[in-house]
Amino acid sequence: MDTMEFIADIEWGNALYQLVVFSLLIWVVSRWALKPLLGVMRKREQQVNDNLDNAEESRVEAEKYLEQQREELNNARQQAQEMMDNATKMSEQQSREIIDNAKAEGERLKEAAAADINREKEQALESVRDQVATLSVAIATKVIEKELDESEQEKLIDSYLKEVGDE
Amino acid sequence: MHQDITFTVPIGDFDLNFSFTVMLMSTVAAVIVAIFSIVGARKLAMRPTGLQNFIEWVMDFTRYIITSNMSWDKGGRFIALAYTLLFYIFVANMLGIPFELATETDHFVLWNSPTSDPVLTLTMAAFVIILTHFYGLKIRGPKEYFLDYFRPSPILLPFKIIEEISNFLTLGLRLFGNIFAKELVTILIVSLAGVGILGALLAWLPLAPWLAFGIFIGALQAFIFTMLSMVYMAHKVESH
Repeated sequence: MDTMEFIADIEWGNALYQLVVFSLLIWVVSRWALKPLLGVMRKREQQVNDNLDNAEESRVEAEKYLEQQREELNNARQQAQEMMDNATKMSEQQSREIIDNAKAEGERLKEAAAADINREKEQALESVRDQVATLSVAIATKVIEKELDESEQEKLIDSYLKEVGDE
Repeated sequence: MHQDITFTVPIGDFDLNFSFTVMLMSTVAAVIVAIFSIVGARKLAMRPTGLQNFIEWVMDFTRYIITSNMSWDKGGRFIALAYTLLFYIFVANMLGIPFELATETDHFVLWNSPTSDPVLTLTMAAFVIILTHFYGLKIRGPKEYFLDYFRPSPILLPFKIIEEISNFLTLGLRLFGNIFAKELVTILIVSLAGVGILGALLAWLPLAPWLAFGIFIGALQAFIFTMLSMVYMAHKVESH
């Protein structure tokens, strides 16, 4: 009987009330707080994952670009080097050509001058020889006019003629 | 010294007893939990601030409690239960910390921790235990559920049954005992203030650390209750 009384004294109403309140609380909290919150948390997780993936992609892309740039830079450097080499070679060739040309020109000028000099010398000698011949003829004429008689003259002319004929 | 405001609703031969104080305090705790949760989830932002941060932290903590006992695909459905248990019991434990209201002459209590009432804590425990059996049946099927009583040996059947009852009793009474003791000692220390001038001047000396300890106990018991609920749930839900 005591046990029965004890059981009957328990506030069963409270127990019922607590069950109802707590169940209601779970429902309310899950309906208006936890479900939307879980959605946002999942979305955030998704976003973070996406961002991480994107970052990874960007990193790979950036590395690719960097590699490309490096290659292009190398190419450009190589080209510049080539161009410089070509320019040096060309200038060397040109200077050599110029020097060769100049040498050839000088040689030619020297030869021309030498030829001129020779020709002038020849001409001078020629004229000297002519004049000497004329003068000697004149002198000879003067001398001969004085000393030669008719016969002698004849002989001389003959010898001259002979000489001319021999030639 | 300690008396609740009670009233009775007769249903036929049976008298259905209610305690107004416990109902009031339980409702207050429930309303506080609901308001905090709903307001925290009202303006949801991808970059949480303020209350949303706090609620998300509580949820992460709840998720940690669940995942430390069972796999998430089985335990995920219990997040609402675990969250509400944790938050509600914590708030209920904290309600008695700042003050306790009582009527002057008859010491009818108006305001205390509702968890210092054994009927309430045992109801919560029963609710949890019944849910474990329900989900055990639902998730693993009746065959597996009943076979579990004979594992690893049929000899253990009586102990298994006793275990279920003792789980229910310890779960409810542990919470009740802790919070009730906390309230009782608080009242004793406060009543010290009524013993002359010296008592009034020095009563805060033991009271301050005791209240700090009370906060610690309240938080710890909320955690323990939720953790054990999930442990029992895992026993019923996970196949071994």
